[in-house]
Amino acid sequence: MHAPNVLEIKKIIEESETVKTLIFDWKMDGTENNPQPGQFMMVWNFEDEKPMSISLIDPIEEKIGISIKKVGDFTQQIHELEEGDQLGLRGPYGRGFEIKGSKILAIGGGIGMAPIASFVDHAQKRGVHVDVISASMTKNELLFVERMKKTGAHVLTCTDDGTCGFQGFATDRVEGLLKDSSYDMAVTCGPELMMKGIFDMVDTHHIPTQFSMERYMKCALGLCGQCCVDNEGWRICVEGPVFWSHELKMIKEFGKYHRDASGTRNYY
Amino acid sequence: MLETELCGIKLKNPTMLAAGIMGSTASSLNWVYRCGAGAVITKSFSIQPNFGYKNPTTVEVSGGVINAIGLSNPGLETFKKELQSIDKGIPKLASIYGASPDEFAHLATSIEDMVDMIELNVSCPHAMGGCGAAIGQDPELTYKVVNAVKKSVSVPVVAKLTPNVTDLTEIAVNAQKGGADAITLINSLGPGLKIDIKTAKPILSNGFGGMSGPAIKPVALRCVFEVYAAVNVPIIGVGGISNYQDAVEFLYSGASAVQIGTAIMYNGPEIFAEICQGLEKFMIEHKFQNIDEMVGLAHV
Repeated sequence: MHAPNVLEIKKIIEESETVKTLIFDWKMDGTENNPQPGQFMMVWNFEDEKPMSISLIDPIEEKIGISIKKVGDFTQQIHELEEGDQLGLRGPYGRGFEIKGSKILAIGGGIGMAPIASFVDHAQKRGVHVDVISASMTKNELLFVERMKKTGAHVLTCTDDGTCGFQGFATDRVEGLLKDSSYDMAVTCGPELMMKGIFDMVDTHHIPTQFSMERYMKCALGLCGQCCVDNEGWRICVEGPVFWSHELKMIKEFGKYHRDASGTRNYY
Repeated sequence: MLETELCGIKLKNPTMLAAGIMGSTASSLNWVYRCGAGAVITKSFSIQPNFGYKNPTTVEVSGGVINAIGLSNPGLETFKKELQSIDKGIPKLASIYGASPDEFAHLATSIEDMVDMIELNVSCPHAMGGCGAAIGQDPELTYKVVNAVKKSVSVPVVAKLTPNVTDLTEIAVNAQKGGADAITLINSLGPGLKIDIKTAKPILSNGFGGMSGPAIKPVALRCVFEVYAAVNVPIIGVGGISNYQDAVEFLYSGASAVQIGTAIMYNGPEIFAEICQGLEKFMIEHKFQNIDEMVGLAHV
């Protein structure tokens, strides 16, 4: 049933000054109830509801985590919640990441690290080697670095201001890596213009890549059409949010514009 | 065999997208048509942009969903660009809404050159500011809105009515008197309510929302049956159609075409092709030559 499942927040992890991960008990019954890395949940705080990436999937302990960055009223309200408080979750929704090959490059920018972190867990558990670029503006905003290192992934940090790791944009870091290494595939999530830069690069190097897209969502059921993208008309909530490079090529608005709650285009 | 004609517009089959579903952009409308729909309808738009209600705007309940999106749309000027981007050759309807006959007429005249038909949303059950069902529940206002549009444009005008009235026939007859070339029945039912029992809160931000999906099919079917006997214009049936058998029921009840909405949630846009294949097979088995032979058979 596509209705919010009101759950207690079991644990809150402060990932950075602006990002918290909320942990919930989640029944893993082997059905579509089991989230896949790259899928999202609709999070209801009893006043508003927004799509959020699943950042942690633990099928053994039967727990999931949602990581939320404080950016506006809704996320501010969620940051004020405490362990034991409640939130409504419906989902999981959308098409997540796939694993192809045995050496993968994962790139996350800012809060875009959330689905990447759950993907890295998933891939490492299957014996797939992952090089991860965790990128942010500054050292204090780097996400999930220690957690991913523990999985055995090779974590490379990248900050705009150079306070930790490589100094520069994620795209610059990717460029360097692609010159020296060979990857079977890549996955990425982050600001759309960052992903656009990566898209152009991996296309040149012929590396199949999956991108996690974000659009304004209302129903998340594939009905309202709010998240449909030009020119194919695909629904980000059903056909996405993850698309392979060859599919993304057909999303003409990628890197150019997105639509607000009325459907009006906002150009990047 | 499935080819049919509605108000002089040729359709490759009698299935159409329902208004409000995947209809905000030319891209999604083009995709729905490629998936097999005989015609597409835009999401209802107004003169000014509208952000609609806050989320949650949709929740599933037994037998369907309830929604209160709040008629969000980017407004007439932006929507005109979408209409122009719909692929050539696709039969397309614009769904419009306003708060007065003048607003409806202004919208209709602004876009009539870009569409094949105009569907008047006088039936949304959760619209604010005198729009939607506030009009369609008043026979006189319904007449005035339909008449104002009909006098302003030369394309066929379809009135989409709400079932949430005491006497639907009276409203439908008034729409016909106003000049409606066809009538769409029904808009979502209710409104309905869904409460979360852990928090005792209504889930939709608007509280109430219009009910759609399989559970409303019997009501929709009765509405089509009842109105078919009272008017002389074609009826477009909509409400819980999920498979070809449902479509056959609506045709037998008196609908000349059917619209599909909520079933897309369960089956994707591919539902149009599935229903059409099933319908064609059914027609062959029952020796129907064309859709018209099926329309209103339940009345004979």
